Formats: sequence, structure tokens, C-alpha cells
Amino acid sequence: MKIENEKSFDEIAEKEYKYGFVTDIESDSLPPGLNEEIVREISRRKNEPEWLTEWRVKAFHHWTTLEQPQWAKVEFPPIDYQAVSYYSAPKRKIDAPKSLDEVDPELLETYEKLGIPLREQEVLAGVVAVDAVFDSVSVATTFKGKLEEMGIIFCSFSEAVKDHPELVKKYLGSVVPYKDNYFATLNSAVFSDGSFCYVPPGVRCPMELSTYFRINAANTGQFERTLLIADEGAYVSYLEGCTAPQRDENQLHAAVVELIAHKDAKIKYSTVQNWYPGDKDGKGGIYNFVTKRGHCRGDNSKISWTQVETGSAITWKYPSCILKGDNSVGEFYSVAVTNNMQQADTGTKMIHIGKNTKSTIVSKGISAGRAQNSYRGLVRVQETAENARNFSQCDSMLIGDQCGAHTFPYIDINNPTAQVEHEATTTKIGEDQIFYCNQRGLDTEEAVNMIVNGFCKEVFRELPMEFAVEAQKLLGISLEGSVG
Amino acid sequence: MALLEIKDLHASVADKPILKGINLTINPGEVHAIMGPNGSGKSTLSNVLAGNEAYEKTAGQVLFDGLDLDELAAHERACAGMFLAFQYPVEIPGISNMYFLKAAVNAVRKYRGQEQLDAMDFLDLVEDKKKVVKIRDDLLERAVNSGFSGGEKKRNEIFQMAMLEPKLGILDETDSGLDIDALRIVSDGVNALRGPDRGFLVITHYQRLLDYIVPDFVHVLVKGQIVKSGGKELALELENEGYASWVGEEGV
Repeated sequence: MKIENEKSFDEIAEKEYKYGFVTDIESDSLPPGLNEEIVREISRRKNEPEWLTEWRVKAFHHWTTLEQPQWAKVEFPPIDYQAVSYYSAPKRKIDAPKSLDEVDPELLETYEKLGIPLREQEVLAGVVAVDAVFDSVSVATTFKGKLEEMGIIFCSFSEAVKDHPELVKKYLGSVVPYKDNYFATLNSAVFSDGSFCYVPPGVRCPMELSTYFRINAANTGQFERTLLIADEGAYVSYLEGCTAPQRDENQLHAAVVELIAHKDAKIKYSTVQNWYPGDKDGKGGIYNFVTKRGHCRGDNSKISWTQVETGSAITWKYPSCILKGDNSVGEFYSVAVTNNMQQADTGTKMIHIGKNTKSTIVSKGISAGRAQNSYRGLVRVQETAENARNFSQCDSMLIGDQCGAHTFPYIDINNPTAQVEHEATTTKIGEDQIFYCNQRGLDTEEAVNMIVNGFCKEVFRELPMEFAVEAQKLLGISLEGSVG
Repeated sequence: MALLEIKDLHASVADKPILKGINLTINPGEVHAIMGPNGSGKSTLSNVLAGNEAYEKTAGQVLFDGLDLDELAAHERACAGMFLAFQYPVEIPGISNMYFLKAAVNAVRKYRGQEQLDAMDFLDLVEDKKKVVKIRDDLLERAVNSGFSGGEKKRNEIFQMAMLEPKLGILDETDSGLDIDALRIVSDGVNALRGPDRGFLVITHYQRLLDYIVPDFVHVLVKGQIVKSGGKELALELENEGYASWVGEEGV
């Protein structure tokens, strides 16, 4: 985020020091380090079935043969994977503030600006546990009941392993195999928890999933695993993340998201990512290495990714679509904002396999401060993909003269009937635009906010209404102080 | 109290002195025209007044409605009631004209301690002001100035001025690029906004505009200084004789 958060995180760090070291490591945490025994212990603590334990172990052994990829345009010191604790208690009551009065006022001010309801503020700031809120308002139970009536399964990953092992076993790793890449493999070995969703044939999920549950995600830890299946003719819109800055002491995040769309099914997956980006000089901040992939398995299926990335010190993320079914459609709409020392290397892969498959890519990268922002995308049309079509548009906006924007489009066409279009622009936010807004009464921050929001409009209109409003405000906050 | 009081104003662009001691007083209700050849500092004057940071005020004092302009940032000057109709209105892709205007109107109202207009009240105001400048509905829905013709941009500037109800309107070569019909429509808009409490500073190269917006005073700006002031007849004089007698051969 920005300077406003420095203090709150400092404060958290300080609290860690004050209480974290004198108190014994909570019984629910494992010591730092990674080996087969740790992987087995994680699985044991989660009471997982043997097949899952073995899957994790296989992933771990494969991971030891891999090297961390170096091709992305991001720079960071080497990560000591043996210094990370791979399992820790999700809730830490000891150092949590007792009430909002104890929370850094600047953090609260940010919540205020984002219009986060008071109860959610309490959860985000760690004052109350998620379940406490839900118990008291019983929103979760109400909606869960309604979803269950329709046959929709929506629960934590751990619950799914317990209650629906056959579904998890059938689909886990079927889109992102455990051997996929360094970070996905690591996730497969040590994933903590995440969300699971299954929508049965012909069912249209009546609400944006996680509109009411979004804060669930706040405590799922650094190795999140999400699995979402839309069976034949089903529809689901899923919102991930939260626009508010989150307390998080884990620097390394490696999540995996797998989506499966069967025949005639549609999945819309929207993300707003706003983790701690580090301070102005690049100290601290989350390393976010995510593998997200959707499989349009059946004919006429559609998967649409929309992401607004404003947080993290390093973002390494390529939500992709494998368009296997005939006439299937993949979409990727992205806004990536980097300020100060943030680095983002993000984009998508569209793999056309089925006939008449169609993909659309709209990427908006905004770079301010000394940040680096790269779009990296692959469009591949296989021999089998008759009449495949792709349209890609990658626009970059620069704020100031010390930041960078880069575009790395890869196009691989193996069928002569393919139609592939790629457009790219780079613009600098104009002093004249800012002055024009100033002259109409808007201060410079409002002006930048407005100009950037206009730039991102094509992506924002893909977001569900409520999310779009928050994303707009978030953009403004992320760029605070970037001009003038 | 004078609406605008410019005392010995000096200003530079990229360290090059452009304005070299301007003195000018505008009272409420008055329309002042500034005429001058290219490069005389006309646009510099409007930009310095509006607070464009690319222009540096190096000496002198400007009081606007009793406030020292040095104390006010560009957006504060706008909120305090200074409006600049741009010579080249800027495009803001992706932001609709209506959205932009609502943000502007509410920013100004907030500064003045007035209540924010909700969507309904805002639309009422738009309907009201639309009559001042004949502006088409589709222009209001389109992104700010994006793909507007020259005439549409200028008309949009006057429409914005009508919406924001400033104390002082500065028109920076509003006539440039306008055909005669557009010129008439824009001028009618400005004339409709004239009133006992509002002043105008009309900057133009040509006398033509002043046939439609008849000024109370005309000033001739040459090489960063006002070399002559008079009534509206001075504009006609200039039309006939040109600026040659002030700038000499080399400057025309």
C-alpha cells in the first residue's frame, strides 16, 4: 500500500518482538524448515487421508529437484526456504488488539476510505475472529444452508477433504499438477488451507460467492489452495480476497487456484489483491508467487479471470485458461498497480486446443515511484484448434519518470486458421491532464485517481458492482503521494 | 473590492522571462479583453493566474477576491471561483463528461461549505445549464473531450463554466479553431453568464470574438507588458492597424 501502513506494520513487528519471543511458540506451529517429516506432520495435523499425504510427499520430493525460476523481471534476495515455518496457527490471540481503539488510527482511516463496514474492520484488524462475527450475525449459516439446498458445496479446503474426499481426489492437481512449477509444487507439498466449491449440473449459483464470506480468506495462511468446479451447465461467480490491507507477517506466499468448467459451464473469478507492498524503500512486503489456471474442459464452457493487483512487494502471477472444449471462451482482465519499489510480473496464458475457441486479454499496468511493471502473456494455438481467435490489448501507464513498464507477449500459432490480434500502448500520465482536473476543483490526488480509473475502466466494468467500487477507491489509495 | 488585482506580475517559463510587470484590475461585472500578437504572453498570463506549475511566477502580487494567489494551489483557485476555459481542452479517456463534472461540482461545493449534490439534483442542474450552451446529450455521456471536435471542446468548456458558476471566467483564445456558427454559440453562452457579480478576462488574438462578447475594457499585451488600455473601440483600432507599431518589424 503506502506510507500509511508502515506504522501499523512496524507496530505489529514491534508487538511480535514484545510478545512473540517471550511466549513459547504456540503449540499449533511447526518449527522452521522443510523436509519429508514436516510435510507428513502437516498432513497428520490436518487428519488427511493417506492418498493426500502421499501426494504431498511426492510433490515435496519433486520440489527438491527443482530450481527457483529466474525468468521473471523481478529482483529479490534469495529466499531461505528452510527458514520458513510451513505450518502455523491461523489465529494468534495473544498479540491481537482487544478492540478497534487499540488499532493504529491510520489503518482505520484506510478502512474508512474504503468504506469497510465496522464489523469487517474488526476482523481485518484481528480484533475478532471471523467465526465470531459470523456466529453473531449467522450470515454464514444462513447462506450455507441456502447453497446446500441447491446442492452447491462451498467450504474450506480442509472441510472438503473431510466431507467430499471423492471430489477433491478427482479434481485436485488435474489443472495444476503437482509437478507444474517450482511454487505450485511447493504449495502442493505444504498447502495450508483455502476454499473449495462445487456447483452441480445445471445450477446457477445465486450470489457472488464470498461476497459474504470474503473475510474468510484473511486467515487461510500463506500457502492457499483453491479448487472450484462448475459441472455441466453450471454458473458461478467467485470473489477472492479483500480490498482492505491485511495484517500478515508471512513474507512468502505461494497459492494455487484450479478452476474446472465442464460442458456449457461458466466461471467468473475476480480477485483483488492488496497485501503489504513493503515500505517506500522496498523494505518488507509480501512475495506473491501464485499459480492460477482454469480448464475449460467441456464444449461451450467459459472461464473469465478479472484481477486487480495493487499489493505485494513482488507479484508473479499468470491466471491462465486451457481452452480444451470446442467453442470454449477464456478471458483475462487485469489491472496491476505498482508504486514505490514494487515489482509485478503478471499476465496470462491462453492455450487454444478445441475448435472455435476464443480468448480475450485486456491488461492495464500502472507504474509509479521506482516500480517495475511487466505484462507477460502467452497465446498458443495448437494444431487441433481450428478457427481459434484471440484479441490482446496491453496498455501501460507511467506516473513519474523513474518507473518502468514492460510487455512480453509470446505468440505461438500452429494452425493457419487462427486469428490473433495484439495491441499495446504506453502512456505517461499527463501534467496537462492533472492541471485540467485541478482547474475544475479536483486536488491532485483526486485527479490522478480519476485519470487512472478512466484508464482502467474496461477492466473495472468486468468486476461485480460492489467490488468495482472498492477497487476504484483502492487504486486511489495505492497511488497516494505518487504525484507532486 | 476588486475581483482580480494584478500588481507588477512577472513570470517565466523554463527560466525564460515572459511576463514583465503586468498591472490589471478587474471589478465584478466587468469584461476585460487582452489582445496581443503571438508570443506576447497571453497564455502565460492565464496559466499563471490558474496556477499551472509549468509556469513560474517570479515577482509581483495577485489578489483574487481578496485572497493572495500565492497561498492557493490550482484546485483551490478553482474552488474559490476562478475558471479557465482552456485553449486546448484536455482529453481524459474512460471518464464520462457527466462523471467528471459531478466530481468537479461537488469538489467546489465542498470547498464552499455547501452540501454535495446527489445524482438527481445534479441532473436537474445539468438540464438547467444545458440551455445556456446548446450541448448535445451524447457529448455529456462521452469521455471528457475524447473525440470531440474543436467546436465541441470549446462548447464543453463553456458548459463546464456554466455548471461551476465561477466569479471570474478566463477565456484563453476560446475563439481559436471555431467557425462562425460555433463562435456565435460559444459567445451566446458567455454572454448569458455575464452578470453584476461575475468578471471575465477574455484573451484573444483577433478582434472578431469581441464583436460577440463586447468588452468593457481592452488591453494590448506586447512582449510581456500591457502597452495600451482603452475601451472597446481599441479593439477595432488594432484590427485596422495591427500590432506593428508596438512590436516593430521583427516581431510580427
